[in-house]
Amino acid sequence: MDSTRLAGRAAADAPVSAAPRRPAPARARRTARARSPQWTAWAFLAPVVAYLLLFYAYPLYRNLDLSVRDYTVRSFVSGDAPFIGLDNYREVFADKTFLPALWHTAVFTGASLLFQFSIGLALAVFFSRHFRLSVLLRALFLVPWLLPLIVSASTWSWMLNTETGVVNHLLGLVGIGPVGWLTSPDWSLAAVTLANIWIGIPFNLVVLYSGLQAIPQSLHEAAALDGANAWQRFWKISFPLLRPVSAVTLLLGLIYTLKVLDIIWIMTRGGPVDSSTTLATWSYRLGFGSMLPSFGPGAAVGNLLVVTALVFGLLYIRAERRKVLA
Amino acid sequence: MKAETSRWKTALALLLTAIMLFPVYWMVNSSLTRDADMRRTPPRLFPTDPTFEGYRAVFDQQLPYLGTSLVIGLGTVVLTLMVAAPAGYSLALLRPRGGSALSFLLLSAQMIPGIIMAMGFYAIYLSLGFLNTVPGLIVADSTLAVPFGVLIFTAFMSGIPRELLQAATVDGAGPVRTFWSIVLPVSRNAVVTVSLFTFLWSWSDFVFASTLDGGGTHQPITLGIYHYIGNNNQQWNAIMATAVVASIPTTLILVAAQRYIAAGATTGAVKD
Repeated sequence: MDSTRLAGRAAADAPVSAAPRRPAPARARRTARARSPQWTAWAFLAPVVAYLLLFYAYPLYRNLDLSVRDYTVRSFVSGDAPFIGLDNYREVFADKTFLPALWHTAVFTGASLLFQFSIGLALAVFFSRHFRLSVLLRALFLVPWLLPLIVSASTWSWMLNTETGVVNHLLGLVGIGPVGWLTSPDWSLAAVTLANIWIGIPFNLVVLYSGLQAIPQSLHEAAALDGANAWQRFWKISFPLLRPVSAVTLLLGLIYTLKVLDIIWIMTRGGPVDSSTTLATWSYRLGFGSMLPSFGPGAAVGNLLVVTALVFGLLYIRAERRKVLA
Repeated sequence: MKAETSRWKTALALLLTAIMLFPVYWMVNSSLTRDADMRRTPPRLFPTDPTFEGYRAVFDQQLPYLGTSLVIGLGTVVLTLMVAAPAGYSLALLRPRGGSALSFLLLSAQMIPGIIMAMGFYAIYLSLGFLNTVPGLIVADSTLAVPFGVLIFTAFMSGIPRELLQAATVDGAGPVRTFWSIVLPVSRNAVVTVSLFTFLWSWSDFVFASTLDGGGTHQPITLGIYHYIGNNNQQWNAIMATAVVASIPTTLILVAAQRYIAAGATTGAVKD
């Protein structure tokens, strides 16, 4: 690696040193550089390329390799697990956890996105009418997003505790009986979704707020002169003009939500009886959640998750392309 | 009339903020509650009779975890900046052939769930004997931030006036010198934004920590909290006190550098 780089430099220097009698150094260096702007550009990219190969491509390859071999704890260490093709995937598809996990992932992601986005948008519109303290309060809204997930998750576990949690206490004041948020299979998915919505609102608020700021005020003024009320101005002006920003926000939200693991794992470990298991927590449990890890199926579940995220990402990019071309 | 509606909006905003931040308040309140009062009904809404036993437990047991998290966070920031800043410079200003393909790869890299990377890293680290080490965790944590870092640097450096770079070239500065003495100093805001996010993500990481450092002697604070939750279910004031302490970086960053956070969130999502 180093020797090729030196060779490359020597080759680039050669014509310079061969240039007769005009050794004005600044000029010579400039011609050498002009000959290899691509070389320079890629030299600056070399660290990130090496990084991507070593720390992205290689782990991904190892993960793919895990998913097509029959690993046990022993063969994991010795590294001679037999190749079994797609058996791990077949096993995963046939597992009775698969369909519920897929369904929970869809519900968790769909509900999170819907509420994060609509609440975030409502707040963004609200905060874009400047009033006293609006800047400070908007900043405070960022807190849930920036807290370590384990902090938020353990706080919510404590608040949603069936007997002593403050949420059940407040519900009790209005006559709603104790809800087994984290202990009842009927509620666990709702509980983790609630926590995730809370965490996701700030991001939606910040991005949509700055999207709203980018819409020219004159459009609103013109519409107001034409007699449009605030409601009409929002639906006829802000909302359509916000579409590109909304699309990115939803896409990023989707990608982040598909990945969510910490919150669910810390609050419920996917339980009780798998009632809040998503693909991400299932994969984690298979690989690391027990004394007897099944890395092969765990990696297979994880790869299904990557494919899902990539499909949505590509759909988005295609939609963007079409819009640019149109 | 105008002042009147504005006052109503402020009141409504205060109410909404209070609802939104209630869990944070409850965390602080619980961290100050005595063990005996922890499970009483109705719960005390205000820490009228505070105790610091939770915080004493933090200082007795959690300081090493906090120290490890700090080291890992700073290490991740350094590694991320070293990889991302030159890449952003090249993609934004040097027009490499194939640069857009690389940007696309970086964008896709952000879509890969942490659990996938964790399993791959686990397999690699196991064979290299790299499990349960601080450098191993730094490398894994940096994968959370490098694609984002390149994105931010590229976006920011694209806005640097070309005249500035041409002036440097005329003065005889090579690309390395231009990068180091002109582009980097001018991009201070981008450096701050990337560093802040990288630090926060690394500090908050649980997935890599629990998979790659589960048996280590130096473990980050997220595992400190996790062990607390797993082992002693009774002492919620200590758990919440640890959570409060683990939130300190967030608080500091919000107080000192809020505009960088908003800038980081919107780069790439909002084009102007």
